[in-house]
Amino acid sequence: MEWTFLDTWIVVTAMLSAMSCALPGAYLVLRRMSMMGDAISHAVLPGLAVAFILTGSRESLPMLAGATVVGLLTTFLVQAVVKLSGLDKGASMGVIFTTLFALGLILIRRAADHVDLDPGCVLYGAIELTPLDVTTLLGMEIPQAAVTNAAVLAVNLVFVLLFYKELKITAFDPALATTMGINAGVMHYALMTLVAVTTIAAFESVGSILVIAMLIIPGATAHLLTDRLSVLLVLSLVIAALCAVSGHIAAITVPVWFGFRDTSTAGMMATVAGLIFLAVFFLAPRYGLLGRILRRGMLSLGIVREDVMGLLYRYREVAPRDAAPLGLRELKEALKQGAAVRMAVWDLLRTRRIRRHTSGFTLTDKGLGESAGIIRSHRLWESYLCERMGYCMTSVHASAHRLEHVTDPEMQAALHRAAGRPTRDPHDRKIPD
Amino acid sequence: MGGTAWRTGVLALMLTLVPALPEAAAVGPSTALTEWPTWPEIFRVITLRDYNTRVVVIGATLLGAAAGLVGTFLLLRKRALLSDALSHATLPGIAIAFILMTLRGGEGKNFLGLITGAAIFSVLGTASVILIQRHSRLKDDAALGIVLSAYFGLGIALLGIATRMEAGNAAGLTAFIYGKTASMLFMDAVLIAATALTAAVFCILFFKEFTLICFDGEYAAAQGWPVTRLDFLMMSLAVVVTVIGLQAVGLILVVALLIISPAAARFWTHDLRRMLWLSGLFGAAAGFVGSGLSALTANLPAGAIIVLTASAVFLASMILGSARGLLKTSLERYWLKRKIARENLLRAMYEWIESCSSAQDPEACVRRAIPFEAMLARRSWTSAEVRRTFRHLAADGLVRPTPPDAYVPTTEGWEAARRVVRNHRLWEAYLIARADIAPGQVDWGADEIEHILDPEMIESLEKMLPEGPGGAFPESPHPIGPHRGDD
Repeated sequence: MEWTFLDTWIVVTAMLSAMSCALPGAYLVLRRMSMMGDAISHAVLPGLAVAFILTGSRESLPMLAGATVVGLLTTFLVQAVVKLSGLDKGASMGVIFTTLFALGLILIRRAADHVDLDPGCVLYGAIELTPLDVTTLLGMEIPQAAVTNAAVLAVNLVFVLLFYKELKITAFDPALATTMGINAGVMHYALMTLVAVTTIAAFESVGSILVIAMLIIPGATAHLLTDRLSVLLVLSLVIAALCAVSGHIAAITVPVWFGFRDTSTAGMMATVAGLIFLAVFFLAPRYGLLGRILRRGMLSLGIVREDVMGLLYRYREVAPRDAAPLGLRELKEALKQGAAVRMAVWDLLRTRRIRRHTSGFTLTDKGLGESAGIIRSHRLWESYLCERMGYCMTSVHASAHRLEHVTDPEMQAALHRAAGRPTRDPHDRKIPD
Repeated sequence: MGGTAWRTGVLALMLTLVPALPEAAAVGPSTALTEWPTWPEIFRVITLRDYNTRVVVIGATLLGAAAGLVGTFLLLRKRALLSDALSHATLPGIAIAFILMTLRGGEGKNFLGLITGAAIFSVLGTASVILIQRHSRLKDDAALGIVLSAYFGLGIALLGIATRMEAGNAAGLTAFIYGKTASMLFMDAVLIAATALTAAVFCILFFKEFTLICFDGEYAAAQGWPVTRLDFLMMSLAVVVTVIGLQAVGLILVVALLIISPAAARFWTHDLRRMLWLSGLFGAAAGFVGSGLSALTANLPAGAIIVLTASAVFLASMILGSARGLLKTSLERYWLKRKIARENLLRAMYEWIESCSSAQDPEACVRRAIPFEAMLARRSWTSAEVRRTFRHLAADGLVRPTPPDAYVPTTEGWEAARRVVRNHRLWEAYLIARADIAPGQVDWGADEIEHILDPEMIESLEKMLPEGPGGAFPESPHPIGPHRGDD
């Protein structure tokens, strides 16, 4: 596949439109209004069509005006239906945007007789054709769409920079914003206007439906990666740009691997965005699925490890000197766990807390000290629960067993004092120092 | 917010600098709207004379009914927009099915094959939404947006591959996006009929279970119902209806059928059973009228017309609905306001007469002629309000106007006023005795609740209070006087 200057322009245009969508989109995600972006991007259709029909051309200003009006109308109508009818927000959105979209389809069908307008183009764009429509700027031939999207990106950037604080507060706490004298309603409608304008500018390159991919996915992906708003915004821009570049490359290369010809860049951009999201969804360090599973696994492994050490310590207390050490099978039976015990033992051997004998395992000096600490916590808890709280049932062991894993040294010291500095636990076993 | 003005100015300036969007003017003279169909034409369509029209209209009607039934539960489960995500997610399935069938040398546009692909992917899409909702910090809305757009994008990309394939003819696949009702074949209509029947049967069989998980899923789970499986069944019904509806109204608009008819039905009833069949009826009507209209006029997309018909039904229901319609709720509000104003005036009249013996105008006291000005001073109400309320009371025969500008209560009016005041004082006495509220402050609390006390409540108030039941008439616990504006 040969790379020409056309491809360069396609990528530049795609990047600009994706990035201009990502900025207001990030706020939509934070405000839990992603589907409002969907609703607006569907609903601008009648605005476009009316602008076409009224002016008979694809002039910029009527289009912007039409889209803005319909975008604001959508948010307004959705809120009106919620308020007047008691339907939930999702349903009223569904009612409003499908109605407007249907109206748009009919109007476009009518307008198509007069204006060169392909409904398919409206939905998924024709970014491949944008480099053919050029304008001259500073002596250079630049595609019109690139200029438009760059301008919208600039507007969005300036808006976000100027109203950073206001947008932040209204996104996270509209009530607080109101008490601070920021009009949350105005910010809401300003953002909606921006979404509508951005949608319109980007619809030629990515189409009105795929705009939502560029609105939502970069922001949502970034949201899984960071807790800081400024970082989130930058990350959304980066992800959006990445989607655009790799989306176009994928569109012209991936189908070829399977013996097909190239495919739609806009579609591939959304697909790549979905894949990036998928990767982050699984792999994000803090909020990713795997990370969380891993952390949970590490936590339960840590608990099993402490249980194994505690068991070995108790065995050492009660068993005669010449008794055979506990083996893996006994440990598994006592703890009623299989693979986790095996992994815990492996980890304890690795960190030299226990040592292996021919018939089983014993604690090393390092392991002995640590397990004494655990048993101390356990027995202190038992004393405390029984003597100070009157909680002396047989289940006191189970409660202490859960608490021993979350007791740090300071807490242990405090517990020691609170329990009245006992030396033996309620079962009359020695509390190790 | 001193800095807001200049920042807004900067932004406005930038907006005007947005360069011209591409111009591709191809202006033609605007032609007249489609000609109106003649009566015989309308008659032919309504009576389903033409074979093609018959198939299309019956198919669209049954589709509307099925979507209305299934959508009812989706709406109540607050999953309306999930249908949007799952309908967009069908596109890659359609494209893959087409590509696979063409590569195997078969007919690429085998309807059954295409909708199988669509169904598989819409289930995948639903599963993805649920996965993201459960296992990430993102909220429902973002999960829907991500799945919807990513799957749709994949669909567009695959469709791009399909249309550029050497073998097969992919033209017409886009019909699944916008819908092409007119191309419905007899077999499609049979399929839709079967689906509608299945949906209806399931909705009836699982009515109790679906109702339970719609209104209180957690309770259902606690009762031991298999909520996940029931949810899956419900979503499968939605998937089936969506997939069947793809060809007729297109994947963007099929969600409208699932949402709009149930939303409209909700305005007419509080009873789920009735809402269910009303919703089915509305859906069917939208399908019938919409497809009929598009059969009458050339060049109008049927899917869009069907949806707009449903929207018209929604709008009408929202205004006229007998359970939650705007007209009904605002009328109720009006009557309540009127009743409250009446009772307030009656109470003010009673209290004026009660404290009249020591007033400055003994002659008016004896005649019980209540001056308008005295009533106006009682509360913070406008003279127009007081006049209007007096007029209503006079019309009901409770007061008689008497010169100069005063009103005399009739016997019935006096009885009514006594009743109102009694309710007010009973509640005040209750608040003082039981709720420990200072006598000076009970007036407000009682003022709000006295209008909605029903006979049973009054009876139990009477029993509860030391005054005892029957005719005992409590004294006012606080001084009564003209309204003071600032307290």
